[in-house]
Amino acid sequence: MSHDGTTSRPDIERPESVYFFGTCLVDLFYPEAGMAGMELLKAQGVRVVFPQGQSCCGQPAYNSGYREEALKVARAQLDYFPGDWPIVVPSGSCAGMMSKHWPDLFKGEPDEARARQVASRVWELTQFLVQVLKVKFEDQGPPVKITWHASCHAQREMGVTDEPKALLRQLANVELVELQREKECCGFGGTFAVRHPEISAAMVGDKVADIENTGAKAVVSGDCGCLMNISGALEGGKKPVRGVHIAQFLKERTHG
Amino acid sequence: MSESRNAILGKLRAGRDAHPLTPPESDFAVLRNKRWDGAERLERIKRMMEAVHTEFLETTEADWPADVQAFLKAQGTRNLLFGPATEAGARLSTEWAASGMAGGPELIPYADRVETFKERLFDGIDAGITTTLGAIADTGSLIVWPTPEEPRLMSLVPHMHLALLRADALYDTFWQAMTENRWADGMPTNALLISGPSKTADIEQTLAYGVHGPKRLVVVIVR
Amino acid sequence: MGETSINFAKASSAALQDQQLRGNFRRAMDGLMSKRAVQFADTAEWNGVRTLGASVRLRALSKLPELLEKLEANCTKNGIQVHWASTTDEANAIVLSIMQRVNAKLVVKGKSMVSEEMHLNAFLEKHGIESLESDLGEYIVQLDEAMPSHIIMPAIHMNTKQIAHLFKQKIKEAEYTEDVAQLTDLARRVLRKKFATADVGISGVNMAVAETGTLCLVENEGNGRMSTTVPPVHIAVMGLEKVVEKLEDVPPVISLLTRSATAQPITTYVNMISSPRKEGEKDGPNEIHLVILDNGRSGIYADEELRNTLRCIRCGACMNHCPVYTKVGGHAYQAPYPGPIGSILMPQVEGLEKRGELPHACTMCNACVEICPVKIPIVEIMGRLRSEAVHPGDAVRGAGSHASKAEAMVWKGWSMTYASPLAYQFATALLAKLGNAAPASLPLLKEWTNVRAKPRFANRTLHALAREKGIPDV
Repeated sequence: MSHDGTTSRPDIERPESVYFFGTCLVDLFYPEAGMAGMELLKAQGVRVVFPQGQSCCGQPAYNSGYREEALKVARAQLDYFPGDWPIVVPSGSCAGMMSKHWPDLFKGEPDEARARQVASRVWELTQFLVQVLKVKFEDQGPPVKITWHASCHAQREMGVTDEPKALLRQLANVELVELQREKECCGFGGTFAVRHPEISAAMVGDKVADIENTGAKAVVSGDCGCLMNISGALEGGKKPVRGVHIAQFLKERTHG
Repeated sequence: MSESRNAILGKLRAGRDAHPLTPPESDFAVLRNKRWDGAERLERIKRMMEAVHTEFLETTEADWPADVQAFLKAQGTRNLLFGPATEAGARLSTEWAASGMAGGPELIPYADRVETFKERLFDGIDAGITTTLGAIADTGSLIVWPTPEEPRLMSLVPHMHLALLRADALYDTFWQAMTENRWADGMPTNALLISGPSKTADIEQTLAYGVHGPKRLVVVIVR
Repeated sequence: MGETSINFAKASSAALQDQQLRGNFRRAMDGLMSKRAVQFADTAEWNGVRTLGASVRLRALSKLPELLEKLEANCTKNGIQVHWASTTDEANAIVLSIMQRVNAKLVVKGKSMVSEEMHLNAFLEKHGIESLESDLGEYIVQLDEAMPSHIIMPAIHMNTKQIAHLFKQKIKEAEYTEDVAQLTDLARRVLRKKFATADVGISGVNMAVAETGTLCLVENEGNGRMSTTVPPVHIAVMGLEKVVEKLEDVPPVISLLTRSATAQPITTYVNMISSPRKEGEKDGPNEIHLVILDNGRSGIYADEELRNTLRCIRCGACMNHCPVYTKVGGHAYQAPYPGPIGSILMPQVEGLEKRGELPHACTMCNACVEICPVKIPIVEIMGRLRSEAVHPGDAVRGAGSHASKAEAMVWKGWSMTYASPLAYQFATALLAKLGNAAPASLPLLKEWTNVRAKPRFANRTLHALAREKGIPDV
């Protein structure tokens, strides 16, 4: 796996159990998306473990330049994933932090090898559903037109490009209309949104306009940072479009 | 200022030695494997160069001086700058003289140093003709090495540049041309790749041709 | 934040209000991105040439001091005079002393980012020498008394109408026209006179070849060839990282450069200069000078990670693909190098005290990293510089200059809470109960809610839901 998108991830065998790393944003703002993610996995006959000691991958501090603080929080996670099972994360950004940046963050630390080992087991949820579990969904919902926003880190750090759309396309009654600038950042960028609120607002403004142009009733995404930003702007601008996490959307469509 | 020289090099050396860098191997296969067969090469060169407004004139070894003369006459070109000391230049002057120059362009030799020729060069020349060392299929480019007989400004200052291209002097890539001909053993004062007439897109990304250099590039393909 | 700090936020705010400017950039960048994608549609070829290009740049960096010495030796052998400058002041002084020796009054310049870095035009004007930009975009910007807003397309922030007005106002013989061909032709007429009469030509260097002592320049207009061929003296200025080892290293780098920059398979001219006019040659400069500039680069080179900044071949593709640059344009950065590469290069060259805000002009979306033709880990360096800005150290000038006790306390508190399961679950449970009561006027929340609804804390955290649903913990 490489952040420049030049290599794809090798296959692994279907495991009997997986860990679920919920992420701090899901924990506080989108727990239903986290639950949906775990239920999707369970529905495929996989045992899901949610370690209660987990909190956050450390990304907020890392991206703000506080690496020591990020390391402290990242290190605190290592104890809770002892089994040799995949760690599934419903966020490309947090998954990217763990699998790509942890090796750098722990470089030269006594627990570097352990951090690398944990990092190597991290999977973004949709990638795991498609590549490892090879899921097949049957749509049970009414006809609806949606669009997809690709998270920057899912695409460019985790190499997740077509997987989420492939899942959405399995849904017979769902019409997926692609954005004109699907791959363009929504302007969240963690602390960027509050450090440069005007630029961030202009960026999410372009994103909202792009979404509106599709005529979709919902914008689906795989990252809660993007969702918080985009649905916040949709709601703030009183646009009749709903922002929803892909795990929750898939769950709604397939379990009625 | 050797003081700065030594300071800079010293600092670089210390920096590198503290953290040496092992670069990956350079694998040129991606360039080596770019191949087109004979006919494809010329087709591709024409297609790529025409896409950037280059014009082509097809002729033969026997006829090119006359064909160039007829072409320029039809264009209303007043004069043509040429290198009298080259083989091509010699043919131009003898054959144009023999066929009579009436109503056609005047031949002007680039015979003096630019210092005494500059005014005429910038203000009085319509077209210039040079030879080439061949062309490159990958990018649609002419290889031009100016010489004392065919100076550098001949292909730059006149409003039209005519370039003689032998139809058998074609390469796949720039890399192939320079490695096969061992350019690294001795580079000329100036080596050029020319891939079209001068152009710009600096005004609102709108293409405009002939901003500083030639407004027209005419490749004369000699078979 | 230091007093001399450049205020990116303020400048970008002004740019965001300018709908014309935003339209100009959006259109231009959308076009450049889609055209570039066509050039690299063959993924295997892109991966191959990109990997080769990156290896060429890394190999050059791995032998940088030796290659610079070799370049100097071969240039000297070829008759090119080599000068070394630690600072931009020194580089300017070198250029001026050459000018004064030949009594130069008029200089024509090809496009050179290093000369922008040197603020060479202003310096020469101060010494009574007219320094005229001859690249059409640079010429427009100079007429407008502005700075380039893009390293490849300096006047990309202006539309035809604006340029038409500028020409009418600033060029004596100009008739008002919005016809691009006519505007271009006008510039041709004005500048040809200058090429013919200039005393010195100045250019940048896209690549210098150590093996042969060759300076490579790529361009479309022919002004670069004019500037380096017509005047009797040619001065080339280059950053010390621009050297490559071998002549055969040139083709892959040029291929990546022109395709990434303007989506052309190649530029109109590739101009390779290896010596001044030789005995018997009728044109070309009698003297060529190469000024090799450090200006902080040797400091960057000393750091294993930051060194990668010096791989850059100045294609500008990172700008074209940057969603922040696309919104605010180049001028907001107030730097010769804007966009992602500028946001990592400027703080290292000019110091974090002045440029420490720039690494935050980035959402870390990695769009630049994805398309960088020489694989510079731009975003990783961005993160590193954010860290350097708030921690005193000696890797980067001005390290620690943006440290704030309050911010450090916040992160310290955050890490203590988030590293302890008990504290974390207590805090999140509390937020789930009371978080939504926070008024939208709170700092941070206020910035957020300007255009967005307030984020809503869920009633119960995922931890709580997982426990309730009996999801196993181990």
